Amino acid sequence: MQGLKKDLLLTGAFLSALCLAPWVLPSGYYLTVLIMCCLNAMTVVGLNLLLGYAGQISLGHAAFYGLAAYTTAILTTTLGLPVALGMLAGVGLAALVAFVIGIPTLKLSGNYLAMATLGFGVIVYIFLNETVGLTGGPSGFTGIPRLNAAGLTLSSDRSYYYLTAAVLCAVVLLSLNLIRSRLGRALRALHTSEKAAQAVGIDIARYKLFIFVLSAAFAGAAGVLYAHYLTFIAPSSFGFLFSVELLVMVVLGGMASVWGSVTGAFFLTALPEFLRMFENVEIIIYGAILILCMMFLPRGLAGGVSSLAVRLRGRARPGEDDHAS
Amino acid sequence: MKLKGLVLALAMAFLVSACSTEPESVKIGAVLSATGPASFLGEPEKNTMQMLQEEINAKGGVLGKKLEIVIYDDETDVNKCVLAAKKLLDKDGVVAVAGPSVSGNTLAIIKFFEEAKIPLVSCAASEKIVTPVNAWVFNTPQLDRHAVTRIMLDAKAKGLNNIAIITVSNGFGQSGRAVLQELLPPNGFNLVADEVYGPKDTDMTAQLTKIKAAGADAIICWGTNPGPAVVARNRVQLGIDTPLYMSHGVASKKFIELAGPAAEGIMLPAGRLIVADQIPDDNPQKPLLLSYAKAYTEKYNAPVSTFGGHGWDSIKLIVEAINMGKSAKPADIRDNLEKIKGFVGTGGVFNYSPENHNGLDENAFVMVVIKDGDWKIMD
Repeated sequence: MQGLKKDLLLTGAFLSALCLAPWVLPSGYYLTVLIMCCLNAMTVVGLNLLLGYAGQISLGHAAFYGLAAYTTAILTTTLGLPVALGMLAGVGLAALVAFVIGIPTLKLSGNYLAMATLGFGVIVYIFLNETVGLTGGPSGFTGIPRLNAAGLTLSSDRSYYYLTAAVLCAVVLLSLNLIRSRLGRALRALHTSEKAAQAVGIDIARYKLFIFVLSAAFAGAAGVLYAHYLTFIAPSSFGFLFSVELLVMVVLGGMASVWGSVTGAFFLTALPEFLRMFENVEIIIYGAILILCMMFLPRGLAGGVSSLAVRLRGRARPGEDDHAS
Repeated sequence: MKLKGLVLALAMAFLVSACSTEPESVKIGAVLSATGPASFLGEPEKNTMQMLQEEINAKGGVLGKKLEIVIYDDETDVNKCVLAAKKLLDKDGVVAVAGPSVSGNTLAIIKFFEEAKIPLVSCAASEKIVTPVNAWVFNTPQLDRHAVTRIMLDAKAKGLNNIAIITVSNGFGQSGRAVLQELLPPNGFNLVADEVYGPKDTDMTAQLTKIKAAGADAIICWGTNPGPAVVARNRVQLGIDTPLYMSHGVASKKFIELAGPAAEGIMLPAGRLIVADQIPDDNPQKPLLLSYAKAYTEKYNAPVSTFGGHGWDSIKLIVEAINMGKSAKPADIRDNLEKIKGFVGTGGVFNYSPENHNGLDENAFVMVVIKDGDWKIMD
């Protein structure tokens, strides 16, 4: 119970910080940056469950994100269905596709999932580009309605931001809870040694499949929110490079750390915006910051913070001892 | 500790950027794809805009104030483009925005301009940008419709009635294909073949063999490099002597290099910029095109391109609208953009109106033929 209380407290504090942000940062531009940060964080938290706990790499999370975005776009715009239904269908389809891909590949040991998702990502990208009649092709899909559910229309950026912040916190809380559960322990066991985990009776294929489907559903949730926020989507946002960017966010934030993922996603999404004023050399500075982070914080931003805390505590201890003596 | 330093540096950087605003200037924003896959569009546009800013300020600026063009690079990425546009609108407080370079990015940000009530003059060509007309959105490049109309005029004069089309399966090719399918039959042409090839295909003999069997009088190919060069070479290899029209998408020297001798005799509609020295002296565009080409080549030591011209047109049209109304208020700029008539730009002569936010017609193009490895205006 101690763990749950701590998580609730932390998530609550995080949510209130997110809700206060618009009052501190008054321009609408920061709201858009924050919405993008929240959306990426959702996907990255899910991807980290898969990478950090189940030890499986997915190179196709951008495709799940895009698949869900296009599903809700087509259902709500072309077919005129309610937005809530379209969003559910989008998340559902992302999870279903992950399930179908996961069944054969996760029974194999080794990184077969990486290969399968790499192929899947490329297929989805080509599909979105080529089926011009359905998806609008490379020039994109326009006219997606803004979210309106239960008589509530979230037309302003601010209300939409509160929604994405709330969904992100739900995703974070769910993930934290999951890690502390029996399933989380099983996942950590199989990440350390698959053979040992199997020997103590853990059905590794089933657990891996569950976590893969869950992470695809998180990506799907971010995808549908993205589509109804921007009201425009194009295949170029869901390519292979975005999948890699998500992986970089996981690693930079810190593997096997939910808060690390959130930090990594916020950091890497907002960084290019801060670097805009270094015209022409921004890409070099961006690269340099990434290299420095990886050199000095090999366990990611989360790992860096916790080792810093340990060092500070270590330095404080002798001081206390001095007082005592 | 290192992290703390980093955060501190970021916070300082952020403060500096927040403070660097000058009140005594007219601020125009621009979002361009200066890097990424569409940098061939964005880079010349960016260079042109920087050149224009110096030029206009040297002549006393706009309304007696300094002109400041805030240019952001969207890396040809939709999300980066949205964030850059938001920054221009909400934080930089610009009075109008030029760009983006590509159609997808333009479509993604249109609604923000409608909400903010700031005019956008796009450098991208898609018809979706200006049909249906959005009160706050304009564009400067010639439309596919104008290019197709120009080709049809030429084909009609030569008595070529049975047309075969071959298009590339990307955004450019498919929007061209839709316009061709829409315009050819009602204007008395028979569409005898409709073939498609992939953007990375290296052999189009299968499609051309079908076209040969269909008995076409002329072939129209719609694509950007390198596909059309392959079509040109395959056509010569197969011994097809049917006249071949290309789109304005290959109106650069690169195409002639790629196609080599097979390019001889190919006809295409092109903006006047690439044949500026050949157009008659009484054409109103001639002095402008020659001076722009000269200034650009001298400053950047690179050949001038049509795309840089779109950037020139966007900025100059906004400045023209400001000067017309002697006001740099966004709503006045929008109203005056719609009143612009007979404005000579690099892409053609612009006539905006409340119903027409593109402002050009088929006269923005001339038909050119490739002869001895160079462009030649057809008469």
